[in-house]
Amino acid sequence: MKYGAFAMASAIAIVAANGALAESHVTPEAEVLHYWTSGGEAKSVAVLQEEFAANGGTWTDMPVAGGGGDAAGTALRARVLSGNAPTAAQIKGPSIQEWYQEGVLADISDVAEANNWGELLPASIASHMKCDGTWCAVPVNVHRVDWIWANTEILAANNIEMPTTWDEFNAAAETLQAAGIIPLAHGGQAWQDATVFETVVLGLGGPDFYQKALVDLDPEALGSDTMVAVFDQMRTLRGYVDDNFSGRDWNLATAMVMNGEAAFQIMGDWAKGEFLAAGQEPGVDFTCASTPGEGFLYNVDSFAMFEVGGEAKEAGQELLAELVMGPTFQEVFNMNKGSIPARTDVALDGFDSCAQTSSADMAASSDGGSLLPSYAHGMALFGAQAGAITDVVTAHFNSDMSSEDAVQMLTDAVANSM
Amino acid sequence: MSKWLQDNMPKIVLAPSFIAVMIFVYGFIGWTAWVSLTRSRLMPRYELDSFIQYERLAASPRFETAMVNLFIFGSLFIIIAMVLGLLLAILLDQKIRTEGAIRTIYLYPMALSMIVTGTAWKWILNPGLGLEAMVRGWGFEEFRFDWLVDPDMAIYTIVIAAIWQSSGFVMALFLAGLRSVDGEIIKAAQVDGIPHWRVYTAIIIPSMAPIFLSAFIVLAHLAIKSFDLVIALTGGGPGYATDLPATYMYAMAFSRGDIGQAASSAMVMMLVVFAIVVPYLYSELRTKDG
Repeated sequence: MKYGAFAMASAIAIVAANGALAESHVTPEAEVLHYWTSGGEAKSVAVLQEEFAANGGTWTDMPVAGGGGDAAGTALRARVLSGNAPTAAQIKGPSIQEWYQEGVLADISDVAEANNWGELLPASIASHMKCDGTWCAVPVNVHRVDWIWANTEILAANNIEMPTTWDEFNAAAETLQAAGIIPLAHGGQAWQDATVFETVVLGLGGPDFYQKALVDLDPEALGSDTMVAVFDQMRTLRGYVDDNFSGRDWNLATAMVMNGEAAFQIMGDWAKGEFLAAGQEPGVDFTCASTPGEGFLYNVDSFAMFEVGGEAKEAGQELLAELVMGPTFQEVFNMNKGSIPARTDVALDGFDSCAQTSSADMAASSDGGSLLPSYAHGMALFGAQAGAITDVVTAHFNSDMSSEDAVQMLTDAVANSM
Repeated sequence: MSKWLQDNMPKIVLAPSFIAVMIFVYGFIGWTAWVSLTRSRLMPRYELDSFIQYERLAASPRFETAMVNLFIFGSLFIIIAMVLGLLLAILLDQKIRTEGAIRTIYLYPMALSMIVTGTAWKWILNPGLGLEAMVRGWGFEEFRFDWLVDPDMAIYTIVIAAIWQSSGFVMALFLAGLRSVDGEIIKAAQVDGIPHWRVYTAIIIPSMAPIFLSAFIVLAHLAIKSFDLVIALTGGGPGYATDLPATYMYAMAFSRGDIGQAASSAMVMMLVVFAIVVPYLYSELRTKDG
């Protein structure tokens, strides 16, 4: 019933937008640079294109595949440098601020304030979308990073509950290892090492420590005993990974959990898509839970609007911003992609139980101040600093470096990256 | 007028490519050098800030690993590929019947791109899928060959794949060199009763010095600019254990938005190339003048 009301409201909003545009006699135009090119993602972005066209706009698609957005970033830089910026581009986290500092982003505060974004978005996510107090980007989705996925059958067979602390996890892993099952499915790629690392930092240090160490880069927190304990836990986890993990892709690690070769995987909620695609059901075949400890690490995709001339393009930016934040798009897109809507008022009836948990946790952690940006996925830090930390994490995980040495290296690397 | 045109025709024809090279090679080298002296991050900036990027480079353990790897990879790759190539060439030079077919087989790896070589060797060397799994399947349960996932040994897997790719090419170079040695001298030596192996070590190989130099220069620049092989074979991993300066530069420029670091590492790479090429050019030019 509630959902019906939203659909109605959005329909009215779209009609109203149409009316306004009809009066001004311009066809909204948008050239959108994005890196959603794989199957499910491409389908999701097609939803937006259709909606844009239905509202009388002309959409020019500019997908750039490859490198998890690296290639798109290069294309964007080339275009901005040559004075030919796209209308909108998919950029996220601190890069939005970096681009703003280059003085190329457009102000979309009019749309944002007319649609009350400030109320609809969790405060910490909204802060990424604002540049010096004005709105400069629009969020699409919220991926939760600190998930732990488990094979339900294996857990039941070995009498294991989903762990809520890292000690419980270690105990469970010992049991599994004794039973001849790989406790943790993991792919040895730097970003996956970093993903596990940040969940351990959050779990062992708590949200305040996470904020200090991986967001504020406080040297004291980085060099603290807690950080030594984090690296100790990483070394312990290394023992729970099979010998052949080096270079493995994340979806192959997910498949190991699905096939019953391994019990757990620590990975963001895009892993859910793999389980669902294999016809598995949450709660029945696989179990999702947040990684041990409290807090919520988010990875939010967003579109930033660039300063472009011409009424048509500006109208296109306004329409795009409005549609992206619209409840219909947020619902359809996120159901396709496995994430949850960034706006908090979308009904989640059609979503699976993992997404519903995620959404409830997001609201709760936003109130409790533990809704935090993921460092491993480029939400917390500029590229150079995040990369410096990842270098240390992956060097430690893939060698026999001591935790004390790793902490020393971490503080040096962060200082050197400034 | 036509006389002037006649005199200056070569210059006029060469001018476009000369200008293009000046801008796109030397101009951009200069641009990179300039950027390497700034604090450029996501976008290039042009305010000079002394040698900060080089200091950061010197303090970066990852770049140190990359340079050490370049040294290990470069020296092993060049030496082994040359020794193997020479050996193959000498064996092939024994006037055997199927020389044409064998030569083609040895040359074939060169026809593959480094990406294909890297991917194929990634599967061959993967302990769970490739050699190790196969030998264990034969019943040798204790057999271990897990260099690919061992941070200390992974760089040697890159050496193996690169040698497999290039030694056939080096063989072809040497074979051409062997054939160009004056047959009369060899016959004279044989008449004097000099053993076969002495003919090679004392006459043929010393007379092939220029071929050695060309092979060295070709292999050295292949080694320094190696990028695709590492990306395909190990992705720089485990950790960053197999990073080379080229992959370091790519990571800085395109994933991390740290253009200053990328530019300074590119300058260091260029200096390494200069250190090898300049003495070569110098010796070449000097002999021609003399």
